[in-house]
Amino acid sequence: MKVDEKQIDHIAALGRLKFTDQQKKIFIGQFSKILEYVEKVKSVDINKIEPLVHTFDQHNVFRPDENKPSLTREQALSNAPEQTKGFFKVPRVIE
Amino acid sequence: MGYEIIIGLEVHVQLKTKSKMFCGCLTGFGARQNTQVCPVCLGLPGVLPVINKQSFEYALKAALALNCQIADFTKFDRKHYYYPDLPKNYQISQYDIPFSHDGYLDIKVDGKTKRVGITRVHLEEDAGKLIHPEEKESQYSLVDLNRTGMPLMEIVSEPDMNSPEEAHAYLTSLKEIMRYLGVSDCDMEKGTLRCDANLSLRPKGKKELGVKSEIKNLNSFKFVSKALAYEAKRQAELLEKGERIIQETRLWDEAKEVTRSMRSKEGAHDYRYFPEPDLEPIRIDEKWLADIRKTMPELPEARRSRLITQYGISNYEANVLTQEKIIIDYTEQALLKAKEQNVTLASVTNLTLGPVFKIINKQKIEFSEFTRKVPPENLVSLANELDKKTIVSTMSGVVLDEMFTSGKTARNIIKEKGLEQVSDKNALEPIIEEVIKNNQKIVADYKGGKKSAIMALVGQVMRASQGKANPQKVKELLTKHLG
Repeated sequence: MKVDEKQIDHIAALGRLKFTDQQKKIFIGQFSKILEYVEKVKSVDINKIEPLVHTFDQHNVFRPDENKPSLTREQALSNAPEQTKGFFKVPRVIE
Repeated sequence: MGYEIIIGLEVHVQLKTKSKMFCGCLTGFGARQNTQVCPVCLGLPGVLPVINKQSFEYALKAALALNCQIADFTKFDRKHYYYPDLPKNYQISQYDIPFSHDGYLDIKVDGKTKRVGITRVHLEEDAGKLIHPEEKESQYSLVDLNRTGMPLMEIVSEPDMNSPEEAHAYLTSLKEIMRYLGVSDCDMEKGTLRCDANLSLRPKGKKELGVKSEIKNLNSFKFVSKALAYEAKRQAELLEKGERIIQETRLWDEAKEVTRSMRSKEGAHDYRYFPEPDLEPIRIDEKWLADIRKTMPELPEARRSRLITQYGISNYEANVLTQEKIIIDYTEQALLKAKEQNVTLASVTNLTLGPVFKIINKQKIEFSEFTRKVPPENLVSLANELDKKTIVSTMSGVVLDEMFTSGKTARNIIKEKGLEQVSDKNALEPIIEEVIKNNQKIVADYKGGKKSAIMALVGQVMRASQGKANPQKVKELLTKHLG
């Protein structure tokens, strides 16, 4: 399965990423190889195999509805590139 | 050409847990921004979410109440999208195996019952809140992540509603049920209930659905009705002109009272769902469901029918009294006590619907505060005094006000304040003579044939007796005097 530049652009847009033409060429090759590998996997007959949703054979792992201390606001914001008045500050997004 | 309106609703209900869905952060409304966050809900690397059992059981309860099929196996999935309200860049939600599906809700519109299908109910985590500064030139948005990771239940209906009124009834009924179950406050103002609507038109008699628009920003029950009515009209006008409806998302603009197109920069959504590897799947067995069913209260509609047959109250009374569970719980306790003590049931319901509601509204208090000060047995004792005609019925408000403020019983208040009804002829005569003397014009009207004028005189006597005179007795004595 061959990946084209349009698909690379779509994936980049979804991830809010920008690629150079040089990078796009590299990714076309790499993505195509990954998909070829997946095609190969898909050729295996799995008709009699139950779909696996998790690699651990565990279920119903819960925690009780109890409160634990949160971070302080200073801690919460400490990784933020920008902040103001206790908020994270981000480039304007508007609908 | 006539069109049929087709409406489906997508409702998000925030579950009323103490802690968030996957971490121990508080869930209170109105906290200072970014103070109820931790590494898990901030989506910091290396953290592990763990499902809050209460949130899952609340959701199961809600789905059972909506007559849903419960899956015996369910899992969570990652829904990917890049937006600053979602620090992980994916939302933990449910995709192809929701925990419940195929339910229904019976709604009542104009006295008729209609069944609205529920496609599915699933659980997910909420996103944060974005604030866009008013000034157009400001190049930034602000993010508060307190709401991130709150347990959210999505209830998707079938496109079974055919008018804004039906959509409104569906929402009202949904809210009522959730509040009865105690799983959510469903307060649209606080965002604990949010609603998106899909609306399309189809020519009457046709089978296939028309192109729909999705309407967002419906922040109150009133907006929902108004926005849907507007959107139906807008689409009908376009179709009349021979134009096509575009499938799009539209925002309700309350100031202008229109829906307007929400231009989205991103093309078609591509959420790239896959199973959430941080969470193990869930198996739901019959025993678990049976345990949950045991904790479910009688639901509003069933309760209304039962109240009508068990206590002989009217449809209207049942509707008003069952709007909130706490009110009908209180009233029913009082009704049961009244039955035991042979007190007239109507005296009890009249007290709740009249003076009790008046106190709640006037004092702007929660019903729970009222029940603490005036327990059901005290209300019944007041009803008993009314039955025995110890006091005039119009005095019940005065006595109840005093019961609420002082916590005393009706009996004590009536005694202390001397509020007993006065039926004694000797006590009433002087007042009646005085009133007749001072109201010669009304007396003349009465004697001239205007029989209803006597009520004005009864009113005067009542006032002169500070509301304590027995009105029947007063009328009787007046008639004699004037006869």
